[in-house]
Amino acid sequence: MTAAPLLSVEDVAVDLPTPRGNLRAVDGVDLTLGAGRTLGIVGESGCGKTMLSRAILQLLPKKAKLSGRVRFDGQDLVRLAPEALRKLRARSLAVVFQDPMTSLNPVLTIGTQLIETLQEHLDLDPAAARKRSVELLAAVGIPAPEARLMQYPHQLSGGMRQRVAIAIALSCEPKLLIADEPTTALDVTIQAQILDLLAREQRRRHMAMIIITHDLGVVAGRTDEVAVMYAGRVVERAPTPVLFKRMHMPYTEALLAAIPKIDAAPHTRLPAISGRPPDPTRPLHGCSFSPRCRYVARRCHAEKPLLAKAESSDHEFACFNPIHIEAGVSA
Amino acid sequence: MATLELTVSEDVIAATVQRTRRLGPLFWTATGWMIFVFAVAILAPVLPLPGPTDMDMLERRAPISALHWLGTDGLGRDELSRLVYGARISLTVGLFAPVIGITIGGALGLLAGYFRGRFETLVVGSMDTLLAFPPLILALAVTAYLGQSIFNLTCILGVLGIPAFMRVARASTLTLARREFVIAAQALGASHARILLRELLPNVALPLVAFFLLGVAVIIVVEGALSFLGLGVPPPISSWGSMIGEGRESLEIAPRLAFIPAIAMFLTVLSFNLVGDTLRALTDPRQGAL
Amino acid sequence: MTVVASQSSRDPLLSVENLVVEYSIGGRTIHAVSGVSLQIARGETLGLVGESGCGKSTLGRAVLQLRRAVSGRVLFDGQDLTVMQGDALRRMRQRVQLIFQDPIASLNPRRRIGDIIAEPLVISGIKDAGRRKQLVRDVLTAVGLDPDLVAGRLPHEFSGGQCQRICIARALVLNPDFIICDEPVSALDVSIRAQILNLLEEMKARFGLTLLFIAHDLAIVKAVSDRVAVMYLGRLCEVGPSEQLFARPAHPYTALLIEAIPVPDPDVRPAESVPVGEPPSPIAPPSGCRFRTRCPRADQRCRSEVPELRNVAPNQYAACHHPLT
Repeated sequence: MTAAPLLSVEDVAVDLPTPRGNLRAVDGVDLTLGAGRTLGIVGESGCGKTMLSRAILQLLPKKAKLSGRVRFDGQDLVRLAPEALRKLRARSLAVVFQDPMTSLNPVLTIGTQLIETLQEHLDLDPAAARKRSVELLAAVGIPAPEARLMQYPHQLSGGMRQRVAIAIALSCEPKLLIADEPTTALDVTIQAQILDLLAREQRRRHMAMIIITHDLGVVAGRTDEVAVMYAGRVVERAPTPVLFKRMHMPYTEALLAAIPKIDAAPHTRLPAISGRPPDPTRPLHGCSFSPRCRYVARRCHAEKPLLAKAESSDHEFACFNPIHIEAGVSA
Repeated sequence: MATLELTVSEDVIAATVQRTRRLGPLFWTATGWMIFVFAVAILAPVLPLPGPTDMDMLERRAPISALHWLGTDGLGRDELSRLVYGARISLTVGLFAPVIGITIGGALGLLAGYFRGRFETLVVGSMDTLLAFPPLILALAVTAYLGQSIFNLTCILGVLGIPAFMRVARASTLTLARREFVIAAQALGASHARILLRELLPNVALPLVAFFLLGVAVIIVVEGALSFLGLGVPPPISSWGSMIGEGRESLEIAPRLAFIPAIAMFLTVLSFNLVGDTLRALTDPRQGAL
Repeated sequence: MTVVASQSSRDPLLSVENLVVEYSIGGRTIHAVSGVSLQIARGETLGLVGESGCGKSTLGRAVLQLRRAVSGRVLFDGQDLTVMQGDALRRMRQRVQLIFQDPIASLNPRRRIGDIIAEPLVISGIKDAGRRKQLVRDVLTAVGLDPDLVAGRLPHEFSGGQCQRICIARALVLNPDFIICDEPVSALDVSIRAQILNLLEEMKARFGLTLLFIAHDLAIVKAVSDRVAVMYLGRLCEVGPSEQLFARPAHPYTALLIEAIPVPDPDVRPAESVPVGEPPSPIAPPSGCRFRTRCPRADQRCRSEVPELRNVAPNQYAACHHPLT
């Protein structure tokens, strides 16, 4: 990669004090993302993916302690002044959350929310902002956009609300869009529409995008790279086709195998992963996945594997006993 | 074979430790004061105190002494004894009035929230009507008609508290009755009575009890205010409120006559509030985790 | 209305005939279920799939008479549940159980697990406490939980997956004939879903159950069902054997659903033809075929005439004027 990446997450860790002790939600994550590229972050609940996105956006809860660096567009977000951060957030960094009902203000009309955002961040006068709002709503596929401006969020369906949330996020032409479980709350037919919309807008605007999800199917056809998280760490990162076809992490393999496939015959026994995700307040000495891993060895219980490069520099994994590995490559 | 993955024991220990850590010294002090006041009030007759109505006209407004630990009031009655017996009155009204509220109001709220429909409209409507009456006028009217007595006072204050308890119970029931565990019970063929008693009541009871303690605090103050105005307990019975009222006349000579019962009331009300609030905070996170 | 015959020639265990369920919110009527008929044979798993608002959950609850139907019948083992009341209904209910989507909310937070699982036994009149305890132990072991560790605890001490096992245990303790599973794994993590689905299959085999499996995820429904019924806006679109239905769907909506599934395979490009529009509101469903507003094959006939379920392939029925096959 010749140009510096747009986003560079360096050894980010997030600690949360809880009544049960310290919760290490994110345990030293390194990620990079180039302009115009899509990264998928995949993991189950409690793996730290949402906390990671909050850390990147600098939207962590007050009690949380953040360490590490988050470099975006040449600036370190962790050390940026609040005013500069606010400007950056609107103009270059946008986010779409899972539940559009809570990310949209229920007592303001769609129009108010859109127009206010445009006026504030792009310095447009009301008439221009209104015109642009209508264009944006049309671009995200909302029928009768002028009428929608006067409506309130609860009058729209879930899919429509999410489109509005996307419109608001895209309104200021961001360089990076973070979509945190954008379609989890939506039906499967609407899900496909929303994902297509995101992909289309990303291509048009040459925008970088991070899709955070628990659904491997969502990232399969729509991302350039995928990072799999488990217990607060990135355990594997690879270009998408490589991750699905030649993954090295037992967890990735197990996760894929546990998903029922539409072309499998009925009543085939699913290869389930035994046990359950670890308790983040009680980190294990060794590899976090070791209690549930098919390929576990003695070393896995004693030491924590670090992220290491595989045969190509864009494929990393953290395992002492990886799978699909050719001779000569060690972790 | 389906796999077993249980590490419950550690979680449970951690949870119980966390809960007791929340009850700080403030909570225990408040509880201690409550228990103390209760004990003293209950044991009043066996305590070595002069009678609260024994007047000693020679020792009127006497200062603090070995004979009268808190001195005497305007009619020569021992202040400490009056304080202790006043506690009995204040606590009696303070406790029994909300008991009326929690039983009748709680039951109505539970039933209204569960059965909904016309019954709920009826209950809510009548509670709203009751709330529309200015409470003080209503209390005055009742005491004027039926006479001033502790019993009448407790009853009217209790009845006035019913709408509030009804609201708390109904709000709780409305949220819970829609939860799957209630539908699960219905799906099992449980009768309405069983669902109300075994599924809903244990969950609704907690916010109700927390509210009850706050209600006690409120009633003590209300009774105190009424008695201060001379509209509460009839003389010669005196509660803290009437003591404060009578102490008003002696404010320049012996301010303690008004302040001591006021402080006692303040501490007691504060304790009930603290304990009630702590209990509510304790029960909420558990319900939040559901 | 054509009654859909089941694969087996014996009497079906459950027969739903022309069920209509409506309810009103704020003066407006929601047509949740508009004339659904289906049959489930003994020992069969029927998957009921559809998106939110299609009425599948309402149908499940209406079968159990938790929501009274406006018209139609529900025959369980030959007896009409819609006309039963009181004790008779209660006794019938013990043979039909329900598992919900949110396992933690399905358990009374103030009661211990042992009590929760014993509750069906108490309601059905088993007086002997010792016998109840033993039955509770047996069923907890069957679902993979250690009774000594579990019975005395409260629901909030367990994870979602464990709570769902407890719910399954509660559903099994009376040895029912029929279990309705309403989105039993949707609220669980991916790695736990497979465990619970395997558990359900195992319990079905062991206890000889018949299942109605309601879900919105087609892959999950296909994995556990013998036959699948697809629902849209209160009506059945298509019914057929799992393998066949997914390989050769006859109804355009079924095809749409299948195409829209995100497949965890990077070689499979997301479908070029994206489904258009959104499901209409169940308050004012479209006339004729309810899917016509989103269907690429819709025409005048679809607007005026309600399509009935018709045999389009062996054992496969679709309610469409222009089926795909």
